[in-house]
Formats: sequence, C-alpha cells, structure tokens
Amino acid sequence: MRNIKTAFLSIHRLLQASRRHRARSLSACRLFSSYGSSPKVCIVGGGPAGFYTAQHLLKARGDMFVDIYERLPVPFGLVRFGVAPDHPEVKNVINTFTQTAQHERCSFLGNVSIGTDVSVEELKKAYHAVVLSYGAEGNRSMGVSGENLAGVFSARDFVGWYNGLPINKELLPDLNCETAVVLGQGNVALDVARILLSPLDFLKRTDITQQALESLKASKVRRILIVGRRGPLQIACTIKEVREMINLPETKADMLPGDFEGIAEALKDLPRPRKRLTELMLKTLKVDEGGQKASNLWGFRFLRSPVKLLPDADGKRVAGIRLAVNKLEGSGEEARAVPTGQTQDLECGLLISSIGYKSLPIDPSVPFDPHTSVVPNDMGRVSQTAGLYCSGWVKRGPTGVIATTMNDSFETARILVKDMESGPLDLSVNKAGSQEITMLLQTRGVKPVSFSEWEKINSEEVRRGEALGKPREKVLDVEEMLKIAWT
Amino acid sequence: MSVCMGARRLVGLSLSRSSWILSRGANTSAKTLSSLRRISDPKKDRIQKRDITSCNVVQPLRSENKVTVNFINRDGETITVKASPGDTLLDVVVQQDLDIDGYGACEGTLACSTCHLIFEEETYKQLGPISDEEMDMLDLAYGLTDTSRLGCQICLTKSLDGMTVRVPESSADIRQSDGSA
Repeated sequence: MRNIKTAFLSIHRLLQASRRHRARSLSACRLFSSYGSSPKVCIVGGGPAGFYTAQHLLKARGDMFVDIYERLPVPFGLVRFGVAPDHPEVKNVINTFTQTAQHERCSFLGNVSIGTDVSVEELKKAYHAVVLSYGAEGNRSMGVSGENLAGVFSARDFVGWYNGLPINKELLPDLNCETAVVLGQGNVALDVARILLSPLDFLKRTDITQQALESLKASKVRRILIVGRRGPLQIACTIKEVREMINLPETKADMLPGDFEGIAEALKDLPRPRKRLTELMLKTLKVDEGGQKASNLWGFRFLRSPVKLLPDADGKRVAGIRLAVNKLEGSGEEARAVPTGQTQDLECGLLISSIGYKSLPIDPSVPFDPHTSVVPNDMGRVSQTAGLYCSGWVKRGPTGVIATTMNDSFETARILVKDMESGPLDLSVNKAGSQEITMLLQTRGVKPVSFSEWEKINSEEVRRGEALGKPREKVLDVEEMLKIAWT
Repeated sequence: MSVCMGARRLVGLSLSRSSWILSRGANTSAKTLSSLRRISDPKKDRIQKRDITSCNVVQPLRSENKVTVNFINRDGETITVKASPGDTLLDVVVQQDLDIDGYGACEGTLACSTCHLIFEEETYKQLGPISDEEMDMLDLAYGLTDTSRLGCQICLTKSLDGMTVRVPESSADIRQSDGSA
C-alpha cells in the first residue's frame, strides 16, 4: 500500500514538473514566434474536416499555431447541424474537437465569413498555409419542373430545420399529409424518413429543436416512400440506417417483392458489406408477410427517376411526382440507370429531395471544378496554388461517414507538414497570423466569437435543454447567439 | 530530458484519461436513450450494457494479474503494454495514451469504426460473439478482414495474454455513402 502511495506521489511530482516545463516551452515558442519562425496555419470551416485537420497539425509539430475560422458563431458544422438528433453517439466526436479547440496553440474564430469578411488572398498573406475545409453548402438540384411548389424541400433544408440551423428556422414544413416521398436513398434520406416516423416520446429526449418537435406532433405523415434511380444492389445508405428503420416501433416495411427478383441469387458474389445490407432488405420482405400491426409504413422504390412534380388543383402545393421507370445497364456498383420510356405517378403531399450536397466556390482566387464541384487537388494540395490546401467534402465530394472525413483530413495535414519540412512552404518568412486578420476584421466591423464565448452559448443551450428534459435546446438565431456570447 | 519526456507522456495520459471518464458519463446517458427506444430487444440491451459497465470489473493492482497486449501500429512498430482484464482494447489505447491516430472517435458507442483491429486467427476464435451492430460498423471499416473486430467490443481476459493485434492501414477507401455519418 505504501508503495502505491509513493508511486502516486512521484507521479504527481512528475506531472507538476512537466506542467512547468510545458509552460516554459510554450512561452519560449511564443517568443520565438514573434521573431518569425513558428508556422501559422489557418483553417476555413469549423466542421469535422477542419477540426480533424487541426488536430493532426497540432500533434505533428509542437511549434505550429492553428486558427479555425467559422462563419457561424457556433462550431462543429454538420456534427451539430447534420448528424441526426437520435444519433447522440456520433456527436461524441465533439469531445475530441473541444480538446483541440482548447489546445494552447489553437484558436477558434467564429462569426467570420471567409470570402465576405476576409478574402482567401488576405488569409494567404497572413498565414504560411490556408486549409479549405468549408464543406458542401449547396444542393444538387433535381432539375425538374415544380421544384418551387409548396411542400417540396431539399433534405439539407429539412435536416437544417430539425437540427436548428439558423438559416432554416423559418422553414416550418406543413406535415399535414399522409404520404411523403423522399428522393434519394442515402443515409440523409433515411435520417429524414426516420425522424418523420419516430415516436415523439423518443424524439423529445434528443436535441431536436422544440419547434420541430411541435410540427412533428401535428404531423399526419404515416407512409414514406424512399425512391432511388437504381436497384437494391446499388443503394447508397449504410446498413445501420436500414436496421434503424426496421426497428422503428409500430412501423412496417412496405417493399415491392418484384424489385428483389434475382437479388438472392446475386448475393454470393457480393463483398461482405453489400451482401449483409442486401440480406437485411430481403429479410424485410419475409417478416412483413406475417402482416403485423403497424400504423406507419416505409419502403424503398427502385429504378425510378424524377420527371416532374405534380401540383394540386390550385397549382400551389405538391400533390405527387411523375417518375421515369428505369432499367439497369451493366451490373454491380457501376450499373447505370437508363429510362425505359414508361412513367409512373406517385401521390404525395410532401417531397424531400435528398440526392446529394455539393460544394460551392468560395473565392475567385481559388480553383474550382464546376463539373465535380470540388476544389481540384492532389491529396489535399490545391492544384497550382502554393500554400493552399483542402480537406473534407470540398476535397473529395460530399460522401462518406465521419471516419472518411477524419482520414482524408489527416492526409491533408500530413501533406502540409511534409511541405513545411521539405521546402514548398517557406517558413523563414514571418507571418502575423490571426493578429493581422483580427485587425482587418476590426476595421470592417466584424467581431469574432472565441471558443470560450461559444462555451457560454453551449452552457445556455444545455441549461435550456435541462428545463425540457433534453440534452440541449439549440439557439436558433444568430443575433441571439452573439448576444449570449458577448454578455 | 528523458525524465521530462516521460513526464510529458504522463500528463498526456492523465489529461486524456480524465476527459475519457467525463465522456463516458455522457455515453451512459446516450445509451440510456438508445436502450429506452429499443427496450423490446434483449439482445441489443445486452450488447449496450456490455460496453458500458460489465467490462469494468474492479481489478487488484498487482502486476501478475495483468494481460500483455502487443499492438502493431500503422507504421509497423510494435507497442507492448500490460493491461487489466475486464478493460476493453479501446480502454487500453485511451488509458495508456497509445499513439494511434483517430482511434475511438465515437468513444466506444458503436457509432463508428475507428477502433477497428485485426486479430490473429487463433485469437479471433477466442473472442466473444459478435453482434449485428458491431458487424454493421465493421462493414464501414477501412481494410476489413475476416478476423477484424472493433476494439471497443473486446474485453481483455487472462486467456488473451500475449496476443498481438494489428491496427489496419487507413488509406484504403471504403464504400461511399452520402455522408450523414
């Protein structure tokens, strides 16, 4: 016992000694930096790509300073505004992001819009390197008539609405219809369908916004059809999301057995993930032959592409969608959907288009490929632009799970550090970093929100949530966020 | 200098450990939410409980009760550690502050696949049964093999003493989904 005590004491002493050492080395580092050699990097976008890039940069070099710029006063991007409220486990990554933001060599500057408040050129002047991690704020459009009818939403806006994204707070979708059609079969499509059919008693304990909860209380949506242009073997969602749909209480899968003809025979040649996902879908056909009691229905509809949205008698609201019937050319992941010439109409009072996000150009000085909607790059090095890097969705397009973004952000950070060590990035030049940018912002009347100011917003949200029995109640208004941050 | 380095490592350990404990508290509430929803499925409840509590058997501090685990990291370097039976492999990585980038992003809640490890065939056979939910996450893992498991679901036992696990490469691309995480 005494031995253990001695051991603890010596560990305690070691800890203290090392804290002193760290403090000293940090001030040495700051001193050094004022003479112009400590690398300064800024990141545009405070979502997962930005935080994972920062995490790796800070770890790779003990002298590197990293500033994260974010347009909103609040950090974490799609982890806050994209990840479904009933997936709190995924949001655990916020703990690691918070540690990164609180790192002594990291600063968060919220409420700063790059491209508007500060240009990328100005950032390049102030930093040794700039990493673009601003994600994909645009939508792929369906490109059919009727997209502006009432009752038609992009999944991005719909998700933004129930997740409290300030720009979507006025969306207030009318859920007074029985059938909703979701176009697209990715995980976002399934998130939307699941939130629409989840029991309120469950949702009310999540961080879904109170106003979304009120709308969902009044919802009459009982049937959701999730439409894709290709077949069951090409579906884009992951198995976890399908399993969650199957496990929804009082909800039954409503699939068309004809869509699965020949699928069972194809199973044996599939890679394991695709095989398990397909087997799970096939199982829903069997389970539901029993005709169990269910008030809600959901189902995939395959081989259908949108032709036009059909208006109601007044010509104002959506009443249905005309779909082209497709067949597949080729097989496997590469199979293409080709129209057969036939069409089919589906009735619906709510249509949510979930056919993918896309990145938008940020600044005329930054290369952008309009066809693929990404910043052209080689492993995160932006083509033909020294000192400019990218990570996350602007780098490789809006696909993948958080681990995908983590890995590609680490890759960008590795490349950037390599460029610092092997030449392309000149560290002998002094860079003023955030000092220079905050001065610019001041002259332009823009006041950044620091991480500790975000923590005030965070505490307020948690406090409001507690009163409602939720993990948090998000502040929906940017002005209100700023007020909380600065009082 | 070497004392300093050692101490630095200890600081890292204590910091990451305390944040880990905090976040584990958060996990429990997340789990409570999920299990509320899935009350009807006893199999799932068992899995969810296992990764929060039942691994954490109180162990005496004597070193002869420890289990040796060898991690082969992405760069090929082998890290050998002694760990307590009852801990998960994710616990071991976090508590011992092993330098594995991005390991355990969702903190052991079966919501990601970043704690993926590859086992030797003989060891793999000794591991407990694998749940559908773990398989679902493994399906998204980089470099999936027939002897892959998630470190957060593997509890150490004496019989696993001396085992070697490999951290998979992270560069291979996984099947793409549309990214709601």
